[in-house]
Amino acid sequence: MDQAEEFPVFIKNTYKFLNTDYSKFFKMDNLSKLAFLAADVLLKNENLDEFENNIALIFSNRASSLDTDRKHQASIENTDEYFPSPAVFVYTLPNICLGEISIKHKLYSENSFFIFDRFNAEHLQLYANSLLRNEKAEKVLCGWIDFDENSYEAFLYLVENEGEIEHNTEEINRLYNTL
Amino acid sequence: MIKTYLSHNNIFCSLGFDSQTVVENISNGVSGLQLFEDTSLLPLPFCASMISSEIINTEFKKIGDAPKFTKLEQMMILSLKKVIDTSEIALDERVGLIISTTKGNIDVLEKDSNFPESRAYLSELGKTIQDFFGFQNEAIVLSNACVSGVLAISAAKRFISEKKYDHIFITSGDLLTKFILSGFNSFQALSAEPCKPYDKNRIGINLGEVAASILVTSNVKNLSDDAVEILGDVTCNDANHISGPSRTGEGLFRSVRAALKEANISVSEIDYISAHGTATSFNDEMEAIAFNRIGLENTPLNSLKGYFGHTLGASGLLETIVGMKSLRQNILFSSKGFSELGVSKKINVIKTNTPKTLNTFLKTASGFGGCNTAVILKSYN
Repeated sequence: MDQAEEFPVFIKNTYKFLNTDYSKFFKMDNLSKLAFLAADVLLKNENLDEFENNIALIFSNRASSLDTDRKHQASIENTDEYFPSPAVFVYTLPNICLGEISIKHKLYSENSFFIFDRFNAEHLQLYANSLLRNEKAEKVLCGWIDFDENSYEAFLYLVENEGEIEHNTEEINRLYNTL
Repeated sequence: MIKTYLSHNNIFCSLGFDSQTVVENISNGVSGLQLFEDTSLLPLPFCASMISSEIINTEFKKIGDAPKFTKLEQMMILSLKKVIDTSEIALDERVGLIISTTKGNIDVLEKDSNFPESRAYLSELGKTIQDFFGFQNEAIVLSNACVSGVLAISAAKRFISEKKYDHIFITSGDLLTKFILSGFNSFQALSAEPCKPYDKNRIGINLGEVAASILVTSNVKNLSDDAVEILGDVTCNDANHISGPSRTGEGLFRSVRAALKEANISVSEIDYISAHGTATSFNDEMEAIAFNRIGLENTPLNSLKGYFGHTLGASGLLETIVGMKSLRQNILFSSKGFSELGVSKKINVIKTNTPKTLNTFLKTASGFGGCNTAVILKSYN
């Protein structure tokens, strides 16, 4: 989507539409809000355990946490307007959104965040396969969550040992391209 | 199951530009930490380990066109070049590249930077390193807070086990910048004195900059003399808080427990723990609790932050390399800055350099976002 100026409206409407009720949501940065709601759509149908779930998170994007990095940088650029905030700084890491999802859904499992210049189905597929094959996770939530100056994009998919769509790069790319 | 090994390596930091020199300095008790009063970086005095840009430039001019590369790129290239050269591996389609960093070239966001903002994109950093050496495969960039360096080892093992690559070079690095210093200072996490991990009088973190590189390979031919086999590697989230560790050490406990299970060894077979030990009150306490829950309270342990400061996304790889040297030399290095235990559970912090036969060690790291990692490494030779 190429409508970053409308992101606050979009994300608020999505939050309402999904009937999400989670006060911490409003403290999150844009990337985390996007990732959190995208994950919520998929995970709320998984009948998750209240206390513990073994779903690995393998996310990727292009802009890392640059949207929030720019905000932190602006807060320290001038000596006379120097006001760095821990509430902003903590979001200057792309994997924080994985932490937010893990807290909400009680995922005591693997988190990894990769950066590529474009959606890279092959490496996500290899990594998810490795985790499932070695029984490091029961399921793997994979995808691409990107937030940058002029655009945002969220594409997540859940991989498990049984299902209807085969887990290969052609299918992953097909699904990604139907966005 | 394909076995994977950590082999040729390099550390590029204020204590030296190769692993051997750096480890000699550690064994002599030399720290790279210094007091700085540089208001262009932080309004207050701070203690850190830093490498002068002029010295890096001088080194880099021997191998490339220095002005075209950022400070971090120069450090990573200088570090990785030594590893590629000593490994004698041709960079064909079976060779991968992983870049591990938290903030990459974040300093290009500063208004007086000589480089365009596009250099802040981590894939650009990956491409710069990839193109310098002529890697045939696209660089894989891993950015997962302070566990990135250890997680890169896991990632390499997985890509090799999936038969995508036979060898993977990892280079990891992070800079000491105004960005990072101001952020950690806003958390009131910085210590203006050399840090004291696990000590009663610890008051916080020192930051540092480093590049560290290593070869991960499935081929035992031409392994380095300090090579180790990766026996187990696990990463677990605390599912608790994004900026503070779990009070029960849940994610670290689970990571170590599962890594031991994968390695199929008992607690008693771990000869040494290279821990995270940032010297903040909460982190060190959390680690002590987690290691006690596992039954590792008597195993000799150190934090190397007293030598390098916290080098963020590079720290885990840097400390793994020092651990490999420790095994090779059969010496436990002292946990610099420690004198009196200051955590609520007993742990066995190494006070002085101690000779000991070492075969297997555990490396752990924890970071923002609630992430924790553990790898178990066994001497190959």
